[in-house]
Amino acid sequence: MIWLGIETSNAPLSVAIVRDGEVLSEIVQNTKSTHSVTCMPTIEEVFRKTNLKPVDIDAVAVSEGPGSYTGLRIGVTIAKTLSWTLKKPLVGISSLKVLASNVELFDGIICTMFDARRKNVYAAVYKGKELKTIIPEHHGSLEELLQQLKEYQETIMFVGSDVKKFKEEIQSVLGEQAKFAPPSLNLPRASKLIELAEKEPLPTLEMVHSFVPKYHRLAEAEANWLKAHQKEQKG
Amino acid sequence: MENLILAIETSCDETAASVIRNGNEILSNVVASQIDSQKRFGGVVPEIASRHHVEQITVVIEEALEKASIVPSDLDAVAVTEGPGLVGALLIGINAAKAFAFAHGLPIIGVHHIAGHIYASALVEPMKFPLLALVVSGGHTELIYMKEHGSFEVIGETRDDAAGEAYDKVARVLNLPYPGGPHIDRMAHEAKKGVDFPRAWLEDTYDFSFSGLKSAVINYKHNLEQRGQSIVPEEVAKGFQDSVVEVLTTKTIKAAKELGVKQVIVAGGVSANRGLRESLSKALEQEGIPFTAPPLSLCTDNAAMIGACAAYMFEAGVRSDLSMNGLPGKELKSWSNTDDKLR
Repeated sequence: MIWLGIETSNAPLSVAIVRDGEVLSEIVQNTKSTHSVTCMPTIEEVFRKTNLKPVDIDAVAVSEGPGSYTGLRIGVTIAKTLSWTLKKPLVGISSLKVLASNVELFDGIICTMFDARRKNVYAAVYKGKELKTIIPEHHGSLEELLQQLKEYQETIMFVGSDVKKFKEEIQSVLGEQAKFAPPSLNLPRASKLIELAEKEPLPTLEMVHSFVPKYHRLAEAEANWLKAHQKEQKG
Repeated sequence: MENLILAIETSCDETAASVIRNGNEILSNVVASQIDSQKRFGGVVPEIASRHHVEQITVVIEEALEKASIVPSDLDAVAVTEGPGLVGALLIGINAAKAFAFAHGLPIIGVHHIAGHIYASALVEPMKFPLLALVVSGGHTELIYMKEHGSFEVIGETRDDAAGEAYDKVARVLNLPYPGGPHIDRMAHEAKKGVDFPRAWLEDTYDFSFSGLKSAVINYKHNLEQRGQSIVPEEVAKGFQDSVVEVLTTKTIKAAKELGVKQVIVAGGVSANRGLRESLSKALEQEGIPFTAPPLSLCTDNAAMIGACAAYMFEAGVRSDLSMNGLPGKELKSWSNTDDKLR
């Protein structure tokens, strides 16, 4: 079984081809380049390096969000177009879980997060080893999340390249309870994405058309419209 | 010319795909409009547009291939709108086009949206050079001179609002639903007389200006309201449309005569406007200059026009690659090799 994995949910980019659990080729980069420019050439590169053709793959895995809206759309658009036109199933995996799997051997609590601006984060919390979800992926305030985490009274490993922006605040609430992953583990890897995707049941091909990123937030205009509309209905 | 092209267009709020044979035959032309969603906001919200494109993109491409009864291996190239447009929206079409082209080993061609609008006319009848194109839409008002295929020279453009933008803004003043253009056109036809609004002639140039006219409409409404009177919307619509149409028609005729063109083309969303078509058609008939106005389905954003344009680019050897990016402010450049200066 040959997998193509695509991860563009935030600034880093990763693409991998994995055959029967063996990583054949993987590219991880953190160059702040535009995914729209680099993603397809990077995919072409991993195919070239592995001497494989697009038709050779059996399934596609993509990081489905949360993250940067534009980044997610580029990865998902490429993944769903390849999946649809090559008639191979598409599996979406939480971008927060992909990142958590970098430190899955850690025997404690794992918290992954992305900056969502205005002191908000996209975050999720898992239990190490099995990556059991403790706090599901969500969009919310960093402060609330830290207060929740404080109650666990266990060591918490923070993972993600945005974590350094919040390091002071995290330490002021959690003190010694907080540990931070080394920089090399803060970048998402498409091979880890594929490992997680392999554990999921393969969706039918009909599911590809309706596949969309999980933004975890409405567009601002949509949220405002709903608010106004609900007021109207209430009278 | 023999080629078969899959074209994709997502520059604004229509997700579109089409299959075009030999640059003039439409095998399929699929457009998924977001208008029902976007009219809630009184205009196109870029983030919402991008989200809808991701939902629709593979469905629309599949339908275009199925309606054309072709498989990917029949194709010679994949074409896509590279710009100008909303960047987040452009990126969906571009990345889908690149992924599709890569999957099937096809070349990819990035097309300028306005060149596409002009080439919509090639789907109606062969283009006769030199020609003059009046491109009028929500984002553009331009007079473009073409000496031959692939040669573009912008000889006039708007200095402020695009004609379609002015229509949308005046429609809002008149409390008309989005998009306002068709409503103003209809009301203008129902009115017996129009309010006398100014014309922005801008002497000795083919450039346009519509922001003064828009302000005149707003001031007219305010002045009447301050005196406790209310406007007659139909008369305002007619007065506004008469001003826009007269300036567009007069400048187009003047340029067509001075440049000695063999054909005038009107293109872009606002070219669906009945008042503008009638005026241009009448004036050009008097001058004896052939006039082409594509059917309405080819005036608003569509992928067939992108495919028609790409067919000529394909013949000329124009190619993009997998690093193609969305260019929201893409310039209209010639692809023909000859010097594109006037005369």
